[in-house]
Amino acid sequence: MKPAIDPLPTTPTAAMLRTLAVVAALCGTIITAAHQGTQAAIEGNKRLAIERAVFKVIPAAVSVAEYLALPEGRLVKVGADKTAPAGAIKFYAGFDASGRLVGVAAEGAAKGYADTVRILFAWEASSQAVTGFGVVSSRETPGIGDKILVDKDFLANFPLEAKLSADMKTLANAIRTVKHGTKAYPWEIDAIAGATITSRAVGRAIDETAQALLPRIAPHLAQLEDRP
Amino acid sequence: MTATRTDRWDEFMEGLWRQNPIFVMTLGLCPALAVTVSAVNALSMGLATTFVLTASCFLVSLLRKRIPKEVRIATYIVIIATFVTVVDYLIQAVSLALYDALGAFIQLIVVNCVILGRAEAHASKHPPLPAVLSALGMGAGFTLGLFALGAVREILGAGKLFGISLFGEHFQPWVVMVLPPGGFFVLGLWLLLFSAWTRRQRRKEAIQHA
Repeated sequence: MKPAIDPLPTTPTAAMLRTLAVVAALCGTIITAAHQGTQAAIEGNKRLAIERAVFKVIPAAVSVAEYLALPEGRLVKVGADKTAPAGAIKFYAGFDASGRLVGVAAEGAAKGYADTVRILFAWEASSQAVTGFGVVSSRETPGIGDKILVDKDFLANFPLEAKLSADMKTLANAIRTVKHGTKAYPWEIDAIAGATITSRAVGRAIDETAQALLPRIAPHLAQLEDRP
Repeated sequence: MTATRTDRWDEFMEGLWRQNPIFVMTLGLCPALAVTVSAVNALSMGLATTFVLTASCFLVSLLRKRIPKEVRIATYIVIIATFVTVVDYLIQAVSLALYDALGAFIQLIVVNCVILGRAEAHASKHPPLPAVLSALGMGAGFTLGLFALGAVREILGAGKLFGISLFGEHFQPWVVMVLPPGGFFVLGLWLLLFSAWTRRQRRKEAIQHA
């Protein structure tokens, strides 16, 4: 006769559920506390990062305001809730100490060699030109694609003409990147030899955003002047 | 008392040196290869992982008698994910530049096998103090491994250490070292060095015993 085998001890379902519920509640509390505790510092860091990036591309600015250019042509200041209606384009207005508008900055993105290159470029209304740019994020090859920020010949492309057409609906001349040494017009970007793909990404990123944003904001620049 | 102190020191040294997660166990290599393009990135990732490892092991050890074995993995993962979320917020609060540099690898700490391995193999069977010491040792070992990779890659690939230029402007950086293949080269060389050193030690011990 076979000896009776004791069934393996099992945990009751209620005990398992209870443990999972207690651990979930405990972990939820920890996450919520961490979120509450760091929220102010994270918001502050984000604001600082934006300001630093804008001040870099608009050196004359001492204060920055965040705006949305709505599809119907209105400009609205970004509120505390940070929500943006569909089709709105975000941009930053830089003001000098007397509250005068010294430039606007906007983000542009285009596919580079490794990944999307995101840049922030500045546009000056008085000269109708892109005065400079900074990189927001890029995974381009170190030593090749990242030359866009240090190559003297490439930086000499700026100021880059970005004039609006007579009907103010588009740019008079689309910004485009040309092969190294073949730049013939002030709206062309002379590419870096060996880093043509990244140079092209910069040109496309500026062109796409400028074509969409500048016609919306150009007629309302006076409104920005009044609201530093 | 002395014996206890030696035991505790042993718990710590186990992870830091004898069972080093990078050089001996070759665990957690995903962040070890991906984020070690600079010494700062490597150290930050090491410290973030150490924080998650230590906090998770402490909580797992504290709850070890109350967690039924059937739901232990689910519980450990929830605990680990909690501390990864905390460290994610903390890094954003300290520096957004660092947060961008480490990218998705902060969130991927959740699936770092060093942490789940330590929770399952050690923390779930030991009281909080040894569990925390063991986790701290493992975290320090992981940080040491990452730093060894990051420092060498930054020196060779950018001519800098902690962002400070070491060789002047005529230095031509060995760019491949900060690209993905460079991670494998440097890791391979460190593993070779570590294994040669361990073998030499063993041979010495064998001669002494003979």
